[in-house]
Amino acid sequence: MTLPKVPVPYLLLLPGFAFLFTFFILPIINLAQTSTQTAIVGGDTGQYEQSFAFSNYINAFLENKEQFGRSFIYASLATVFALAIAYPLAYAIAFKSGKYKNILLVLVVAPFFTSFLLRTVAWKQILGEEGFLVPTLRSLNLMGEQTTITSTSIAVVAGMTYNFLPFMTLPLYASLERIDPRTIEASGDLYANAITTFRKVTVPLSMPGVVAGTLLTFIPAAGDYVNAAILGSPNTKMIGNVIESRYFKIVDYPTAAALSFTLMVAILILVTLYIRKAGTDELV
Amino acid sequence: MAIDPIAARGDLRLTRITKSYGDFKAVDDLTLTIPKGSFFALLGPSGCGKTTTLRMVAGLEEPTVGSIHLGDTDITTTRPYQRPINTVFQNYALFPHLTIFENIAFGLRRRGVKDVKEQVDKVLNLIELPHLAERKPTQLSGGQQQRIALARAIVNRPALLLLDEPLGALDLKLRRQMQIELKWIQREVGLTFVHVTHDQEEAMTMADTIAVMNEGKIEQMGSPADLYDDPETAFVANFLGQSNLIKGKIDGNDGDNLVIDLFGQKISMPKSRSHAIDSSLYAGIRPEKFRISRTGSAVRGNILTGGRIEDVSYIGVSTQYVVAMPWGQELMVFEQNDDGVPPFNKGEEVIISWEPNFTFGLRGDEDIEAGTEVNPDEISE
Repeated sequence: MTLPKVPVPYLLLLPGFAFLFTFFILPIINLAQTSTQTAIVGGDTGQYEQSFAFSNYINAFLENKEQFGRSFIYASLATVFALAIAYPLAYAIAFKSGKYKNILLVLVVAPFFTSFLLRTVAWKQILGEEGFLVPTLRSLNLMGEQTTITSTSIAVVAGMTYNFLPFMTLPLYASLERIDPRTIEASGDLYANAITTFRKVTVPLSMPGVVAGTLLTFIPAAGDYVNAAILGSPNTKMIGNVIESRYFKIVDYPTAAALSFTLMVAILILVTLYIRKAGTDELV
Repeated sequence: MAIDPIAARGDLRLTRITKSYGDFKAVDDLTLTIPKGSFFALLGPSGCGKTTTLRMVAGLEEPTVGSIHLGDTDITTTRPYQRPINTVFQNYALFPHLTIFENIAFGLRRRGVKDVKEQVDKVLNLIELPHLAERKPTQLSGGQQQRIALARAIVNRPALLLLDEPLGALDLKLRRQMQIELKWIQREVGLTFVHVTHDQEEAMTMADTIAVMNEGKIEQMGSPADLYDDPETAFVANFLGQSNLIKGKIDGNDGDNLVIDLFGQKISMPKSRSHAIDSSLYAGIRPEKFRISRTGSAVRGNILTGGRIEDVSYIGVSTQYVVAMPWGQELMVFEQNDDGVPPFNKGEEVIISWEPNFTFGLRGDEDIEAGTEVNPDEISE
């Protein structure tokens, strides 16, 4: 007896699909439903009914324009700083570290051994009045009026840069490491000096890593609320903080849901434009 | 930024070059002149220092001791991008992010050449792949990539073109074809080619001059025919083709010839072909130079009697015999199948003969196994 032929690829996809359906598709549908609800007239706090109030989106956005803008600015800054720090780091690990390569890679990942929250709280200490940084900067006359760096935009962006650095470093390392050193030698052989070789060969060949690293940094950074909550002030609130407080403190589920959706779509559009521009399909 | 490579032209001279890695000498006191316009091969097994030598010429390594001159210009410490030298890398090292056109144009653009398009088109026509200009390297077959790597180098018309195992990644048939093509292109463009390979057939097919390298030194240098015909060391005798090396003693002179005693049988050979330093020597004879005859037939030249056919392999154009000699040695004999004589059978008693002029003499203290245990398929370094 021959068994009916089961398409194996579909079978392999099944667990992942079931998982995503249960924990991603269903909640998204639920979120979409919530986003157009309005409060039941005369109902208790947190009681909402479906009324297809798409105006929720407009209201939610108009009320929080500033936080939206801030989220994208902070996330962009953190991404740029992370790239500026991670590229030389990944380059050094990939090409110059010799036998220390594995140790350095472990060190890059090492922060993950402690919790995200704990590390962010530690930054509060570093940037705070009692940390070493403030007195040092003050003695160098680099600090103005303020007595602390916490509660500033700088602190939030610095915290995000730090927290997402490994997500930038690892894909960059992976794509730099894949570069055949002979192509670098070939570039030198073909009359390109070190700088030209870097511009014309190394950077283009590491673009997949740059794209992956910036996405892995920018996307979570845009939705992040932990750094702004711990290191920031009411003036540095990001959209994640608004969603969090709308949901847990004010129990305004529709607005929180509408904001979440808006954020998601905004990120999706930005990422699509970015990938189009970076032209990842052209890369190997 | 455009870079002008130095304008040096002329012979390449390596003078007393040594390259050490710790205690290990990859290249050991090497002196070598490669004449302008020649097709020169550095031939040797993996780890013999040939690739290191090539990398020093390219500027990718710096010699520990010694100097490199191109014409009258000392280029020992010149940066690679300033040398008028281009390399065809092993596995080609094409730029995967650039089209074929841009790969070939890379060197021209760096030097700020004006008519890039014209020159790239010309070289694409030379290698007969003009239709591939807009493809990416990964879309090409190995043979096509090989030609693009060659085009990317020769388009710059360097004083010197270095080829590092250029055909190592190709299959046998394609390799044969490319050997002929490379030789043709070298004549066409008239550049000096320095070719590094572990494949003796490849070196012999293409090069005018071969330097056989072993353990960081040059064993012998000459035309393919000279090296094959009159090897000076056991390494060369074994690495370039096959050799029968028979232990013997110089027993006297006979005019321009030496009389050699091989286990009690006397043979003669020209004095000029002996590289022995005392009376002990190895007499070397290539397997195809031997003739086999049935015991009792009339033969000329040097004769060794008492052989017995140990093994027969029919190859088509030739038959290969293993003949056991009375002193226990087995000799290889290749007979052309052109004389209508029926092949000899296993166990038959035979005599072996050859022209005295085909004999070469090696020093008696040589390791006769040198150069034999090399896997010709291994990729160098």
